[in-house]
Amino acid sequence: MSVIVTHPIQNIIAEKQSEAKPIALEVRNVVKTFLTDTGPINAVDDVSFSVRQGEFVALVGPSGSGKTTMLSILAALLTPTSGQVLIDGQDLARMNERERVRLRREKIGFTFQSNNLIPFLNALENVELMLRLNNRLDKAGRIRSAELLARLGLGERLYNLPSQMSGGQQQRVAIARALIHSPTVVLADEPTASLDTERAFQVVQTFAALIHENDRAGIMVTHDLRMCQYVDRVLQMRDGKLVRIYETRAEILALAQGGEH
Amino acid sequence: MSLAFYLAFKEIWRNKGRFLLVSLVIALITLLVLFIAALGEGLGTNNREYISKLDGQLVVFLEKSDYIISASRLRQSTLRAVRRVEGVEDAGPISTSSTAILLPPGSKNEVLKVSLLGVEAGRPGFPQLTAGRTFLSATAREVIVDQRVLDRTDIQIGDTITVRSTQGVEDEFYDLKVVGTTSGQAYFFQPSIFVTPSVWEKIRPKSDAELGNTVAAINIIVVRLKDSTQIEQMKEKLLSSVKNIEVADIQTTINNIPGYSAQQGTVQTQGGFTLLIGILVIGGFFQIQVLQKVPQIGVLKAIGASNPVVGAAAVIQISLVTAFGVAIGGLLTYLFSLGFPPTVPLFFNGAASALALVALLLIGPLGGLVSVIYAVRIEPLKALRLS
Ligand SMILES: Nc1ncnc2c1ncn2[C@@H]1O[C@H](COP(=O)(O)OP(=O)(O)O)[C@@H](O)[C@H]1O
Ligand SMILES: [Mg+2]
Repeated sequence: MSVIVTHPIQNIIAEKQSEAKPIALEVRNVVKTFLTDTGPINAVDDVSFSVRQGEFVALVGPSGSGKTTMLSILAALLTPTSGQVLIDGQDLARMNERERVRLRREKIGFTFQSNNLIPFLNALENVELMLRLNNRLDKAGRIRSAELLARLGLGERLYNLPSQMSGGQQQRVAIARALIHSPTVVLADEPTASLDTERAFQVVQTFAALIHENDRAGIMVTHDLRMCQYVDRVLQMRDGKLVRIYETRAEILALAQGGEH
Repeated sequence: MSLAFYLAFKEIWRNKGRFLLVSLVIALITLLVLFIAALGEGLGTNNREYISKLDGQLVVFLEKSDYIISASRLRQSTLRAVRRVEGVEDAGPISTSSTAILLPPGSKNEVLKVSLLGVEAGRPGFPQLTAGRTFLSATAREVIVDQRVLDRTDIQIGDTITVRSTQGVEDEFYDLKVVGTTSGQAYFFQPSIFVTPSVWEKIRPKSDAELGNTVAAINIIVVRLKDSTQIEQMKEKLLSSVKNIEVADIQTTINNIPGYSAQQGTVQTQGGFTLLIGILVIGGFFQIQVLQKVPQIGVLKAIGASNPVVGAAAVIQISLVTAFGVAIGGLLTYLFSLGFPPTVPLFFNGAASALALVALLLIGPLGGLVSVIYAVRIEPLKALRLS
């Protein structure tokens, strides 16, 4: 039952549509400096960009370029040294810890590289957990959770524990969890790291389709450039800086066909 | 908080084996602690029971006897003097000794060791009868026996028992007719038998030196007050009115039974150490578990679970596992206790057992405290950085 986006051409359409949509996430001159034994490191160095609703963006760059640090800042898990992050126009820096926790469960959807799921909850419960956290789990929510999992090809796996599922299946459950509560921003850290190539393409493709359909702002960190064929924009980082933005379809496809780096 | 309950319960439910194992360890610790408490209660009861039931508020000892019953020797004149003190309703002498009842041939043991207590009929110190009657006269060769004697022998009211008593270097035998029974009157780890003071003086075991001595020896005098709220005042009054005495309340008398405090202390220390082991076992288990759960807790926090929810889930989980373990342990203890003969000094109905149960329920939260604090302090960033 997974949605098949047969050709990247549909993403072009999505991109065109999203131009007019409101900005969901805005990053302004963000700097994150870590003080280390060998002196200060700017893990993120004056980065600015914004993502609109319905837009799927890839964050790429070599290891150590600051991708995870950037994602942590977007998720309100890390406070930037300077600069601003706005989600739905709200400045994260002005929030206290309670408000940040609340923001994470209401406005952000998350998938992690691994250890995504709560091991003692089955697939359905893991997805429903996001609604429970928001105190919003009702009958309709249960049905939507099951439907979303079915949509991701897990209709037969609703009651499986994470340990009874493959890496790809777990990653898809995590995607459902990241979307079920209608967050503003969906953040995915290396969602394909533990998957084989074929699975990886499938997962990212479905992910992209869901982000486009539901008007979420999606940001995916990946080191696998081939995955970029499903996104609307690619942000390339190096040494904490945003060094290049691939925006046209042609540029993105050329990058994606260059393969893994 | 329903979310915390949900998380705590689901995790236990999906890892039944692991949590059951901890509960079983707690159950065994519970069993051990309850048995130690019951033993303490049993030994304590067997030691103090008669004294604790005395029908009075104060006990008079010989001066400088340090409230040790066997070290105190009082005269008949002291008893009369105590009775004359204003505010004293009644006073009764108690003489203590140890002797043995001969058992019929073919019994498992040759003799049953008992505490031989000399008391005046109807006076403080005289036990409450459960059946039969009191002594006919001050010199009647009659005896009132504790239910425990009946439990351990075939003796009945109307029977004649033979008491073996060492007089100097010879064993002498005295026949006594059982005329009444009482219950729960153990003293100094032995069931008691009661005789009149003059019979007591006649048949009590004596050393060679004592044989010629005709002065009836009273160990202590139990004093029943007209106003039982005036204990401290009456103590002072007795001390100032009667010469060569010291006075204690019942609890002090019990605490000074030779070995009583030391024994209770030993048993309590054992119980305390077992509880400590429980705390360490639970603490160790949950600490190891929380270390393994760092990524999972990181994810929970990253997706928006608050620290109170994570902390509450941990506390609820530990409490559930502990309560379940204590329940199993309590049940096991109960089942075991059904199998014990009445002669085993285990008392499960005392305040000691209740206290032990409360302490057991607390060892979980106490032991798990470190792991709960650890869980609350895990940074949500771990979800990203560990992956
Ligand atoms: N907590 C930290 N303390 C010190 N340095 C850090 C910390 N986190 C990240 N860094 C440094 O910041 C840089 C960017 O790291 P990271 O964001 O993990 O990059 P990427 O995810 O692109 O591999 C690296 O040089 C890394 O060593
Ligand atoms: Mg990284």
